[in-house]
Amino acid sequence: MWLNTTWFVLYVVIIVGYAVLDGFDLGVGMLSPFIARNDHEKRLLLNSIGPIWDGNEVWLVLAGGALFAAFPFVYASLFSGFYAAMMLVLLVLILRAVAIEFRSKSENPTWRKTWDWFFFGSSLGITLLFGVALGNVVRGIPLDSSGNIHTNLFELLNPYSLLVGITAVAMFCLHGAFFLTQKLEGDLLDRAKGLIPRLMGVFFVLATVLVAWTLTADTYIQDNFMDRPWTVVFPLLALLSVMFAWKLNTRGAYLAALLASGATIALLIATVAAGLYPVMLPSSTDAANSLTVHNASAAEETLKVMFVMAIIGLPFILLYTAGVYYFFRGKVTLDEESY
Amino acid sequence: MTAETLHRIQFALTASFHFIFPPMSLGLGLVLVILGVKSVRTNDPKWRQLSLFWTKIYGLIFALGIATGIVQEFEFGTNWAVYSRFVGNVFGSLLAAEGIFAFMLEGGFLGLMLFGGTKLGNRMWLFATTMVVAGATFSATWIVMANSWMQTPAGYEVKDVGHGDQAFMTSFVDIMFTPSFINRFLHVMAASWMVGTSLVLSVAAFYLLRKRHVDLAKTMMRVALPVFAVTAIFQAFVFGPNQAVTVTDHQPAKLAAMEGVYQTDTCVPMYLLGWSNSATEETVGVSVPCMLSFLATGSFDGEVEGLEQFPQSDWAPVNLVFQAYHLMIDLGTIFVLISVLGVGLWIWKRKLFHTRWFLWIMVSSIVLTQLATLSGWWTAELGRQPWVVWEVLRTSGAQSPNVSTIQVAISIAMFVVLYAVLFVMFLWLMHRRISEGPQDPPSEDEIESLPDSFGEIFRKRTRT
Repeated sequence: MWLNTTWFVLYVVIIVGYAVLDGFDLGVGMLSPFIARNDHEKRLLLNSIGPIWDGNEVWLVLAGGALFAAFPFVYASLFSGFYAAMMLVLLVLILRAVAIEFRSKSENPTWRKTWDWFFFGSSLGITLLFGVALGNVVRGIPLDSSGNIHTNLFELLNPYSLLVGITAVAMFCLHGAFFLTQKLEGDLLDRAKGLIPRLMGVFFVLATVLVAWTLTADTYIQDNFMDRPWTVVFPLLALLSVMFAWKLNTRGAYLAALLASGATIALLIATVAAGLYPVMLPSSTDAANSLTVHNASAAEETLKVMFVMAIIGLPFILLYTAGVYYFFRGKVTLDEESY
Repeated sequence: MTAETLHRIQFALTASFHFIFPPMSLGLGLVLVILGVKSVRTNDPKWRQLSLFWTKIYGLIFALGIATGIVQEFEFGTNWAVYSRFVGNVFGSLLAAEGIFAFMLEGGFLGLMLFGGTKLGNRMWLFATTMVVAGATFSATWIVMANSWMQTPAGYEVKDVGHGDQAFMTSFVDIMFTPSFINRFLHVMAASWMVGTSLVLSVAAFYLLRKRHVDLAKTMMRVALPVFAVTAIFQAFVFGPNQAVTVTDHQPAKLAAMEGVYQTDTCVPMYLLGWSNSATEETVGVSVPCMLSFLATGSFDGEVEGLEQFPQSDWAPVNLVFQAYHLMIDLGTIFVLISVLGVGLWIWKRKLFHTRWFLWIMVSSIVLTQLATLSGWWTAELGRQPWVVWEVLRTSGAQSPNVSTIQVAISIAMFVVLYAVLFVMFLWLMHRRISEGPQDPPSEDEIESLPDSFGEIFRKRTRT
């Protein structure tokens, strides 16, 4: 059914939207202790994402709702199967939201320092947890024949998944650093720029190891790329976009480099999606138990209704997201309403 | 304790805590739109001064609403996997619609609203605020739709196509507009407006009692009191009773639990206070004779179905529902009295701003309205038991089978600690913000110089 595949693609688009947009503000959170040295600088970093982080995180809410609606079996199996990890995700999501909102509401230095650490720790935690979750999805999870996952937090923390988590951290830090070049001035800007080459190096090495590991260890993904050779364009374009970002960075074209690093994130996610399709949750115990876009989707009628809603809604979302970003463009300054 | 009980405790706990915030932001949003309209109409900086003050408080409330709201969206999957699989075709699309049409609107414009006070002219700031408030209202619409489907399911059929029983969509319009939706939506919106306006009334009364920001406090009260009074009266005499009729028509067992009616009878009384013992099947208390029959059927000797009509295994926890419901309606009655007194003191006696004992009642009003909305929600949800989808799917067995009781116990402990700390900090920050009071207003020239049309915004040219 074309609707199932369409929804898979739409779902990947939502994940990409979340990773590309929230990716840089998570990156800013992770970089803040390394770039900002005093209260004023911390506030500049915080306010660089101040008016937009919330809109970015809505993509995650959308991802949750769309998964429930379009692929309810994946939603139910994944969320209940990763119960402990999901509770940690909720914990860090809440801590991050309140850290941003609460931090500058009091002048007390201990209060502010504590929330600064929460801002950093929760940004890191969210990135790591989502990376580890993605790693486990790619690697396969113990799904039984009724779609239930029996696992625990410690089994999820395997070397492969941890590598995916760490790669995500490097990727978002890099993305955040590119974003900050658009927002900061003076010393701070130099510090952000100074981090970029090192972050690129780390990310490039990690991503290369990860791609090599995935392709050699995972026969299912290998077979998929063999069967659909054209999908190799995704990893190739990802590589190209990294090289572009490097080139643009050395030329000082930071806005273009930010877009290139966004493209890298999108293409890497597309690579994973192309490698897995039509499977969404591979079972590590028996391939017959895997949840696919066909056996885990909502019924046709539901997918149709949802598709119409997405077609109506998405253009508006893109329009006002673009509008808001345009309005808040340029270097960040502090005023009375700042965080 | 069974896993099911723990899952229910966690959901009730997190949903109740979450539900402190959205009604407050819905109602406060309405006040902010009124303040914005006043700004545009009069160009008097005092309106912007008030908007700046309340927008900051709005930001704080909204942040906690979002942070705790995402928990609710995830918990269907984490804690209620069987339920999620059963209703995925139906219920999921309502949540997704909320994401597409409501959250994106709120999230997109929230930045403009929260930061617009120093960056946007009156018209554009009002536009941003209105978009956020519209988004929040859409959000409430979809959520009440989803919950109404659980109360009075429609537009679906149950089939087994190899995954066990599942609900399948037969009509999306029927799913959206289930028989209880419109009345429940009006009831929730009116309640939310009361919560938001009572927050403004509380703060204004506090300032008047302390003789601080007196003129601004009077202005706040003039804006909030009429809205509060009108909604309180409509709630008590129109939306509330309509809601009771809806429950009578579609969930008679729930109505019987709400009033502790065991035997089917005519001229059934309505309690003001009481205690219902489901073991002895007796309800005692202070009551108005025949009033329930009148409210439910429109006639004083109308027949009301008692719980005896239903097997005991289908009964809600009667006394809990009874107490939650009566807390709500008693408070609703008090709000009407507060409204009448307030408007009376204001219009006929012209001493609203000096009547200290009444101002103290106003200060406490935010606690009372919060308690009323919470107890209303408890009535709706406890009254729905033992069903998670009314007469279609039982709550027991709808939880995730692969999540152990230990795991749920730990996550409950996590939420208890986290939410307790957040709540204390929230109150402390609110207290600080309210103690500081509104800052000095920007001058008319400053406001004039801000971009106030789409063209000016996108050229970022300021008026000179």
